[in-house]
Amino acid sequence: MHTMPLLDIKNLSVEFTTRAGTFRAVDGIDLTVDEGEVVGIVGESGSGKSVTSLAVMGLLGSNGTVVADRMRFGGKDLLAMSPAQRRKITGKDVAMVFQEPMSSLNPCFTVGFQIMETLKVHEGLSGKALRNRAIELLEQVGIPAPESRLSAFPHQLSGGMNQRVMIAIAIACNPRLLVADEPTTALDVTIQKQILDLLVRLQKERGMALILITHDMGVVAETAQRVVVMYAGQVAETRPVDALFKAPRHPYTGALLDALPERALGKRRLPTIPGVVPGIGDRPQGCLFNPRCRFATDRCRIERPALFDVDAGKARCFYPLADAPVGAGEVL
Amino acid sequence: MTDILTDVMPATGPVVLEAIHLRKHYAVKRGAFKPAATVKALDGVSFQLEAGKTLAVVGESGCGKSTLARSVTMIEPPSSGQLLYDGRDVVGRTASEMKELRRTVQMVFQNPYGSLNPRKTVGSILSEPLVINTPMGKQERRERAVAMMAKVGLRPDQVDRYPHMFSGGQRQRIAIARALMLNPRVVVADEPVSALDVSIQAQVLNLMMDLQEELNLAYLFISHDLSVVRHIADAVMVMYLGRPVEHGPKDVVYSRPRHPYTRILMAATPRVNPALRAERVIPKGELPSPLNPPPGCPFHKRCPHATERCAVEVPALRPVDERLVACHFAEEMV
Repeated sequence: MHTMPLLDIKNLSVEFTTRAGTFRAVDGIDLTVDEGEVVGIVGESGSGKSVTSLAVMGLLGSNGTVVADRMRFGGKDLLAMSPAQRRKITGKDVAMVFQEPMSSLNPCFTVGFQIMETLKVHEGLSGKALRNRAIELLEQVGIPAPESRLSAFPHQLSGGMNQRVMIAIAIACNPRLLVADEPTTALDVTIQKQILDLLVRLQKERGMALILITHDMGVVAETAQRVVVMYAGQVAETRPVDALFKAPRHPYTGALLDALPERALGKRRLPTIPGVVPGIGDRPQGCLFNPRCRFATDRCRIERPALFDVDAGKARCFYPLADAPVGAGEVL
Repeated sequence: MTDILTDVMPATGPVVLEAIHLRKHYAVKRGAFKPAATVKALDGVSFQLEAGKTLAVVGESGCGKSTLARSVTMIEPPSSGQLLYDGRDVVGRTASEMKELRRTVQMVFQNPYGSLNPRKTVGSILSEPLVINTPMGKQERRERAVAMMAKVGLRPDQVDRYPHMFSGGQRQRIAIARALMLNPRVVVADEPVSALDVSIQAQVLNLMMDLQEELNLAYLFISHDLSVVRHIADAVMVMYLGRPVEHGPKDVVYSRPRHPYTRILMAATPRVNPALRAERVIPKGELPSPLNPPPGCPFHKRCPHATERCAVEVPALRPVDERLVACHFAEEMV
């Protein structure tokens, strides 16, 4: 019998009301995350990946409207909850790590205060127990000399150390789901490796589910178990990581992989995707990718494809790519 | 090749730019009661840049790669060392000679959102270098700007648009066009594609390579992304704390890295292809403070192969196996 997924989202849309009119940033997304699963969400800027995560967290601003057929976390209906009930879950059962550690931490308070704040609110700890728990958390995220770091301010720590503090705050209440939105984009590669390794280790140790949002194909390929590729607010393809990178089915995924310098070894020119991701006013008719797709037909220009079943997953394309995608090059 | 025992990687073609032992030291005040400290942002960097070739400088933040860009473009004069354009030393030039020299080297910055004046049209951004440096009239400048837009793949009819009306990739094309207006021979590009999406990054890299071929440009390409560097570079210089640690032809450095830091950087780069992934080496530690660099080899505290010798003796940059490397144990790194 199939167990219920930890996070179960069906047909999620997020609209923003601006002076220029309403803009649908996320358009009918299905997303499920099982207990202990690592799901990677990739996409270019403007694909709606961050807005999706903010909608899951309930952190969207007042101009954002969330509509969904179903949005359940751990069996509870997130849509039916009052804001007060929602706040009990956010930061406790679902926690988030943001991109910029320097600007996500409050510069006016010590690192220790910011960790203990979460523990006070959600766990009701105080005094010695609170302090000990904070030290223990800093230790778990690999910060040397944790006792002395409690009184440090964010500006006294490096970017990598601040990101570790962010992770410590996020895991403080043993969340069942951690959402990491571009957690390593602002960091150097050696520090990125350390942070990704830390996230995966914590995820394994705690059996926590992890949603990793990134634009970096390499990061997803090395970290995630299942990948969701987003394009212009929709899911373009969702498959297990090995299958996706070995043989992408959606032409967008294929083109995105081909554009990586890593896959173009020995070639002088990189294969490119013409044009740009459609913005607010210029979503095309039919398949959203059709103006940039080299395989587009008249059908693609008129009719919008649904998410069709392909091997081991789904792809939003009438003509999914075959096993050896054109131009993917030899596997090195 | 074997008789060369300097710490400069020998060039094989005509050299347009040569840097000899460039140093840039900054004095940093540490409060009223402490003496000022010195940050050695660049501590003896030498290289030769050939016409029509790309030298990539890689390293993590704080390794001195942006300081190198600022020194080479003469935005900031180096504290010591020589900078030669076509064999002519930059130091000791008159103001008019400097003006002439500055035309030969231009820069493309990382962030196309911050490096273009939002209050100027593309046309005036592109023709501005011509106003100062050439006697051209208004009409001619505009024609040049329009021609350059076509060359970098922008629609010439958009000449009167403002930067905010363009996407990130198009803006970086404008920045490249601006750098090329004075027909430079050297373009210093400081992380030109790291702010761009993958598909746009590929477009800009292709454009840069096409322009290089067409105009015989030499690029000093500064980047932290090893897979981008592997694609575009002819030679690679890996820097750590203001010094080159490994410098040589791209294929040599990528196929047989000899410095432990180069090896760690390569292993830390995320790969899409599982076959290319190195065994899981987790790099330890972080870049030490440049105010207080460790004695001996600057990398020894993070190095998996470090011995007592590394903590005491600074390794010199020396030729090993077709490249220069600053490691006591470079011969054993295979």
